[in-house]
Order: sequence, then structure tokens, then C-alpha cells
Amino acid sequence: MVENRPLLNLVTHAILILGVAIVALPIWITFVAATHDEVRMMQGPIPVLPGSYFWENLKQTFWGSGLEGTQITPVWRMLLNSLVMALMIAGGKIAISLLSAFAIVYFKFPFRMVFFWMIFVTLMLPVEVRIIPTYEVVASLGMLNSYWGLTVPLIASATATFMFRQVFLTVSDEMLESARMDGATPMQFFWDILLPLSRTNIAALFVILFIYGWNQYLWPLLITTDGDMTTIVISIKQMLEAAEQSPQWNIIMMTALLAMLPPIFVVITMQKLFVQGLTETDK
Amino acid sequence: MLKRVHFPSSPLPYLLVAPQIIITIIFFIWPASQAMYQSLLIEDAFGLSQEFVWFENFEYLVQDEQYLSAFWRTIFFSICVASLSMGFALLLAGFADRVVRGALAYRTMLIWPYAVAPVLAGALWMFMFNPTLGIFPYILEVIGYDWNHYLNGYQAMFLVILAAAWKQVAYNFLFYLAAMQSIPRSIVEAAAIDGAGPMRRFWTIIFPLLSPTTFFLLVVNAVYAFFDTFGIIHAVTQGGPANATTILVYKVYNDGFVGLDLGGSAAQSVILMVLVISMTVVQFRFIEKRVQY
Repeated sequence: MVENRPLLNLVTHAILILGVAIVALPIWITFVAATHDEVRMMQGPIPVLPGSYFWENLKQTFWGSGLEGTQITPVWRMLLNSLVMALMIAGGKIAISLLSAFAIVYFKFPFRMVFFWMIFVTLMLPVEVRIIPTYEVVASLGMLNSYWGLTVPLIASATATFMFRQVFLTVSDEMLESARMDGATPMQFFWDILLPLSRTNIAALFVILFIYGWNQYLWPLLITTDGDMTTIVISIKQMLEAAEQSPQWNIIMMTALLAMLPPIFVVITMQKLFVQGLTETDK
Repeated sequence: MLKRVHFPSSPLPYLLVAPQIIITIIFFIWPASQAMYQSLLIEDAFGLSQEFVWFENFEYLVQDEQYLSAFWRTIFFSICVASLSMGFALLLAGFADRVVRGALAYRTMLIWPYAVAPVLAGALWMFMFNPTLGIFPYILEVIGYDWNHYLNGYQAMFLVILAAAWKQVAYNFLFYLAAMQSIPRSIVEAAAIDGAGPMRRFWTIIFPLLSPTTFFLLVVNAVYAFFDTFGIIHAVTQGGPANATTILVYKVYNDGFVGLDLGGSAAQSVILMVLVISMTVVQFRFIEKRVQY
């Protein structure tokens, strides 16, 4: 702090607390809605203080099929699908990006720059701009309604490749010289030296990519028509549609809460890695 | 780019890049080129025959009033989302930067909406603005304002902007706070000794020094508003009422998947591609320049 101004300090904290309150309000309302019963949630205005039906709603949402009278998959199944999808996307992106960054930085081979630019181009082609042809490719490969179809088309990653390239470039040349003198093969060098050196970068990237994977919307929407493959994030949309006939906001909001918790938990518990990952990947 | 010391040439590097390159070709480059090719075709309603029509699809789009209004609506939407969430984030970061103790605690409490999926952000705000149940319509009714975003296009637009901006505050806050904390204290202190008050210091020193961050965030927020907000629109308004919230990405999806107009949808995809490419180029050129600062 530059100078001591008690009044300004008070205002500072007041505004920050207000800001936190505004940011947290939607989540609070969601939580409150998930603690009331169906009847209460049909009278406006909705409550602002928690009720006593939290565990009951949780049980019905988690083990039951969510909304009554709809053909929606049990929530635990959708959470599992989301988890598998997020882990496969994060793991896949990291694995293939590590390998290609290793090749591009440590080997001189024909077409090296061609490959580099091909990877770069993926940065400019988000799913949203090539929806139908990509869908057709996945359909013709028979990958609809499968974890492979959900994840593989998303795991090419220019940002991750660039990040690892940056990390590898900072590794000193002497490392490789001494490793080669000791007779290490390229893959031994990769496993025993490069991987341990980029451990924190991998972890930071994993946090960001897990959230990215968990929150995918458009792609699962296209690829999954089978209820058993639906992800939790997609199910919210289906529930909102069903809510137009039979509003069961307590269940919908409980599902929304369950869908938000894993990525929020990751951000809060791994805050340092999260911040590192966010600032690194966007450079 | 390449290490001075590197491994001798062998087939190994090809194997290493193979997974990434194969996926890139099959799922990125091939579909993108297909989109470009399809944008030059017109398919009849039953998908039986195709006709090569050069740029007719594009000519049609440029004259299509619905497409043009969706284009301007997307620009408006992006500007609103970016300015709302960046403004709010800048305000909070400016105050958080002043806090000596507890700055980290505030950061923790402000960054987690980043983890909320756009569609969930949409669902939450939609619930709070539900015309019969929500708290905001209830409060608005007390002051005599009638809220129903299912019928009123402006209100629907306001709602999706709010939901989209809310989610992005966390990201902008994080970058603004980091940028402010990297400004040398001595500069700010020198200004304080010269008698500049907190507001003056903010506008004449801190804010100008933040301009690279502001520019970077503008591009990131524009990309976010253009593409990542699909979930919000799809879940909350479905582009309605009466197309009042149809943005370009939603229109590509809707015309292609629901309306089955493949040529038209592909032409829209190509236009979007051009937009992403130009935004990426701007972003990269800026990052090269940032080194000087």
C-alpha cells in the first residue's frame, strides 16, 4: 500500500465484498434451490435461504433418474461420462503434445516446419466453424456415441504443443550432451530427463484442460444421441426443456450443482497450478 | 526453434508427431477443407443432387437480411460482454491490488466462476430471471417493470449478455490483477510523493500501463463471445424470441443441423473461419510486440 487512508481502505473492502457477493449470487441461489422441495420451488419468488431437503434431493438426483416422468439417464452415469471425457481429453492432449513438441525441438528431419504449421493451424479451426464436416467424419468412422468420438477429435492441441516447446527450449543443451555421452537413447532422454523437468507444467496444463474437457458442450451435443453417453453438462439443457412442462427446479439445480462442483473443486484446491496454467497457455 | 544439440535423423520423430498430425488431418484440416468445398455447392432439399455454384452461397448470405442482422447482433453481443466483464473485473482488480492482506482470499473467491460451463452459467441466470419464480423479476415487479425474456427480445439479449459476462469476469480479473501486481511499486510511490491521489494514479499511470493486457483481453473476450457462448444461447433462448439472440455460431448450427441447408451453413462456417484467423493473427502480432513493453 502506498499511503494510509482508512476511509479508502474501508471502501476497498466494501467494494470487494460486494463484488464477491455479486459473483457468488448465482451459485448461492442454485444451492438454495437444491435444498427445497418441489412444492416450494413452484411458488414465486424463490427462497433465498436454504431449506431442509438437501439430502433428499441429492439422493433422488444422484441415484434416481433425475426428473420424474422423463427418460433421462441417472446422474451418476452422466457424471461418470463427464469424468471419463474430461480425463481422456486432458490426458490425450498432454500426451500427444508432449511427443510432438519433443520431436519438433530435439530432431532435425524433413518436413519438420510443415508439421509445425499444420499443428498451428488447428488453433484457428475451433469445432464451431467446422461443425457439419467434422460430424460427418466421426459418423463415417462409426465413432458416434462412444468415448472415442467424444474425445479424440478434440485432442489435437496447438497451445499445449507450443507450451511444451517453450518449456523444452529452456532446458539447457548440456543436459542432452551429457545424456548422449552416457549413451541414452532419445526415448530414455524423454522419459528420464524431459518429463521430470516439465512436471509442474504438465500439472498446470492438466488443470486447465480438465476444466476445458468437463465443460464441453457443442461437441457432445452432436456426438451423443444415446442417453447412456450423455454428459452432465448436456443434461442441464434437456432438463431445462423438460422444465417447461413440469418444473422441478430443486432437481434441476441440484444437477447443476453436481455438474459445477468437480471443476470448481479443481480450481480452488489447485489454485496455484490453475493460475500458472491459465497464464502459460495463453501466451 | 530447434535445439543446437539435437538427435541424429531417424524415423523416430515421424512416429512422435504422427498421433497429433493424424488427428489434425482427419478431424481438423479435412473437415475444414470440406466446409470450404461445400460452401461452393448447393444441394437440393432431398440431398440427391449437388450443383457447383461458385460463390452463390456467399452472395446470398451478403444479401440475406437475417444473416446480416445476426452478424451485427454478434458484434453488439461481443462488445457488451467484453466491456461489461472487463470493466467489472478491472474495478475489482484495482481495489484488490490495494489490499495488502487478504488479496489472495479475494482472488480465490473471485476466480472460480471460470470453472462453470457456459451452459450452466446460462441455466443459473435463466433461473434467477424466470418470469414466474425468479427473484429479479419479482424485484422488478415491485418497481413496476414487467420482465419476460421469453417474449421480449431485448430482455432476452440482456439476459444472455449478463450470463456470458458473469462467467468471464474471473478470467479478466486474474489477468488484470497479475498485470497490476507486476507494475513496479516505485513508479506508483513516486507519483504518490508528487501528490497524485489514488484515482489520479490509476488513470494516469496504472491504466495506461495495463493497455497491453487490455488489448490481449479484448481479443480473448471477443473470441469467447463469438464461439464459447453457444451453450448459453442454445440452452437459454434458442436464439429467440424471434431471432433476437441468434448469434453467428448459433446460426451455423441451426441452419446446418436443424435446417439442413448444408451449402449455406458451410458458407457461414467459412466466414467464421476467416474471423477466427484474423483474430488469432491480431493476437499473435500483439504478443510479439508485448516483449518491448
